[in-house]
Amino acid sequence: METLINNLIASGLFGAKPSFDVVAAIVEFVAGAVVFLVVAMPFAGVVTWLERRVWARIQSRVGPNRVGPQGFLQWLADGLKNICKEDLIPAEADAPLFKLAPYLVMLAFILPWSVMPFSSSLILADLNVGVLFFTSVTALTVVGVLMAGWASNDKWSLIGGIRSAAQIVSYEIPAGLSIFPVVLMTGTLSMQGIIQAQGWAPQHWFVFANPFTFIAANVLFVSALAEGNRTPFDLPEAESELVAGFATEYSGMRYTFFFMAEWGNLFLIGALMTTLFLGGWRFPHVSDNVVVMNILELITFNVKVLAVVFVSMWIRGTLPRVRIDQLMTLCWKYLVPISFADMIGTAVWVAIWPDGNAFMGYLMFAGGLAVLAVFVRRVVYYVRRSRMELYFRPGI
Amino acid sequence: MPAGLFWFLAALSILAALGVVLQRNPVHCLLALVLTLLAIAVLFIGQDAIVVGFLQAIVYAGAVMVLFLFVIWLLNLPVESGPTGHLALKLFGTLAVAALLAELAVFLVPSRLQLKFSSAHAAGYGSIDALSQTLFSEYLIAFEVTSVLLLVAVIGAVALARRTTQAELQERKEASARVEKAA
Amino acid sequence: MVSLSWLMALSAAIFVIGVGGFLTRRNILVMFMSIELMLNAVNLAFVSLGSRLGTMDGQVIVFFVMTVAAAEAAVGLAIIISIFRSRETVHADDLTLLKW
Repeated sequence: METLINNLIASGLFGAKPSFDVVAAIVEFVAGAVVFLVVAMPFAGVVTWLERRVWARIQSRVGPNRVGPQGFLQWLADGLKNICKEDLIPAEADAPLFKLAPYLVMLAFILPWSVMPFSSSLILADLNVGVLFFTSVTALTVVGVLMAGWASNDKWSLIGGIRSAAQIVSYEIPAGLSIFPVVLMTGTLSMQGIIQAQGWAPQHWFVFANPFTFIAANVLFVSALAEGNRTPFDLPEAESELVAGFATEYSGMRYTFFFMAEWGNLFLIGALMTTLFLGGWRFPHVSDNVVVMNILELITFNVKVLAVVFVSMWIRGTLPRVRIDQLMTLCWKYLVPISFADMIGTAVWVAIWPDGNAFMGYLMFAGGLAVLAVFVRRVVYYVRRSRMELYFRPGI
Repeated sequence: MPAGLFWFLAALSILAALGVVLQRNPVHCLLALVLTLLAIAVLFIGQDAIVVGFLQAIVYAGAVMVLFLFVIWLLNLPVESGPTGHLALKLFGTLAVAALLAELAVFLVPSRLQLKFSSAHAAGYGSIDALSQTLFSEYLIAFEVTSVLLLVAVIGAVALARRTTQAELQERKEASARVEKAA
Repeated sequence: MVSLSWLMALSAAIFVIGVGGFLTRRNILVMFMSIELMLNAVNLAFVSLGSRLGTMDGQVIVFFVMTVAAAEAAVGLAIIISIFRSRETVHADDLTLLKW
C-alpha cells in the first residue's frame, strides 16, 4: 500500500507537493468505493440469482431463467424494478429513524469488507485486531434492525425486530467463543496472520487441526447463519408469520438496501469461515510473479467462500424454520457450553502440542474425507431412487 | 488522532449526550446514548486504545443497548408529556451542574495539567497482548473478582426479574397452611 | 495531536451532562442512561490519561468499568422491571414508599 502511494505521489498526479496522508486517504477511499461497487453489491445481486436457481434445483422447479443466459441478469432486473418503485414512509412511522435504519444495516455490512483478506496483498487494512473489528462492526446490524422494527410503528415489524435482536445478541456469544480456539493457536487477531498460520493443503487448515477446532468451525457456521438471519433461523422475517418482519413497511430502495445487506452477509459468513478455518487464500507457490500469485490466491479465496455460501443455500433449501424457543435452546443450552468446552480443550491441546500435531491433521482430514464419501453415497442413492419422479434434467 | 477528527467526535458526543438528557421519547434517548458511546469508542481507538474501543462497541452497541430497549418495550413506556420533578431538585441540580462546569473551566486553563506528554507510543501499546499482559499479571485478583461479580449479577437479575409461577404460589400457600395447622 | 486539556474538558462536559440528566429527569430508565454517560465520561478520562502516560493501566481500569457497568445495567433493569410489576410506574417521584 505504501509503495503504491509513494509511486502515485512520484507520478505527479496530485500536484507538486502533496501530503502523504491526503493521498493515502484518497487512495483508500477510492479502493473502498471500488471494493463496494465492483465486489460487494454485484456479489449480493448475483447471490440472489444463484440462490433462487439452487433452491429451484433442490425443489425440482425451474427457477428464474428468462432474463439473460440461464436467467443470470435477473438480479439486475429486480434491482432496477426496486429502484423505480415509490419510497413509502408510513404516516405513523418515526420518519427520521425509519429513513436512517437501512443505512445503518448497510454500514454494518460494508465495514467488514475493509479487513477482508482477498489475497496476500489485496487487503484494505490488515488491522492487528482484524477479527475483533469484524465481529464488533457486524454487531452494529442489531441497532439498524431494531431501529427499523421500532420506527415502522407496526406490530409485525416490532416483533421481527425483537426476534432479530434477541437472536443476534444470543448467537454472538457462541460465534465469539468459537473464534477463540483459532486465536489461541495463532496468538494473533489479524486476518492475514491467521491465514498465514495455515498451510495450503487441507490437512494444515485449522478446521482439521484438532477435534476441538473442527467442532468450533461447525459452531461458528451455525451461529453465523443465525446472526445472518438465514434459514433455519430466519425467524425475524418469517414470511408465513410476520409478513416480512422488520422490513414489512419498507419499499423501493430502502427495502433493496436491507436485502442487499442480507445476501451480502452470506459472503461475510463464507469469508469468516474461510479465513479462520479453511486456509484463506493459501495457494502452493507455483510462480515467482507476484501478480500471478495474487490472482491465484484471489480465485482460491473466492472458490472457498462460494463453497461455504453454497452449503448455506443448500441448508436454506432443505431445512424448515425452527421455533423461537428451539432457537434459544440451541444457543444457550448447547452451543454456548459446547464452545466453552471447546475453548478449554483447545487450550489444553495447545499446552501439550504448542506447534500443533501434524499427525492429527492428516487423521482428521482422512476422517473428513470418509464422512464426505458416506454422505455423497447417500445423496447419490436418494437422487437415483427418486430420479423418475424428479424428471432429472440438469440442463434447464 | 488528527485534530479535525477529535473536534468532530467531541461535537458529536456532546450533542448526542445532550440528546440523551433532553429528548422526551425514551427510545430516542437510548439511540442518542448509543451514538455517544460509539463516538467515545472511536475516541479510544484514536488514542491507540484499540481493543478497549472495539470492546466498547461490542458491549454497548451490542448488549447493553438491546437490554435497555427490551426493557423499554416490555414496560411499554409512553412519551413524557412535559417537565416533571420538584423545584428543589431542579435547583440543586442546577447548582451541581454549575459547580462541575466551574471545574470544567479549570481544565481549560492552559498549562494546568503538567503530565508527561508522549504522543508516540511504544510498539504494541493498546494491543490485545499488552492489555492481557497487564490484566493477567498486575490485575489478576481484580479480574477474578469481576468474574464473581458478573455471576452474582446474572443470578441477581434472574431472581429479581422472573415472575413467580402459579405452582410456586400454590406451594407457598400450602406451606403456610401447614405451618398454621402445626401451630 | 490534541492536547490533554481538551480531552479532559470533553470528558468533564459529558460527565456534567450526565449529572444534569440524572438530577433533572425523573424517568428511571433515562436516569440509568445518564449514569452510563457519566461512567463513559470517566472511561474517556482514564484512557486519555493512560495514553499520555504510556501505561496500560488506564485501559485495564476501563475494562473493569465496562464489566461493572454491564452488571449494573443487568441488575438495575431487573429492579426496574420488578418495580414496574408492583407499582405500574417508572417515575422516580412516585416511588415514595421508603420516604419518611
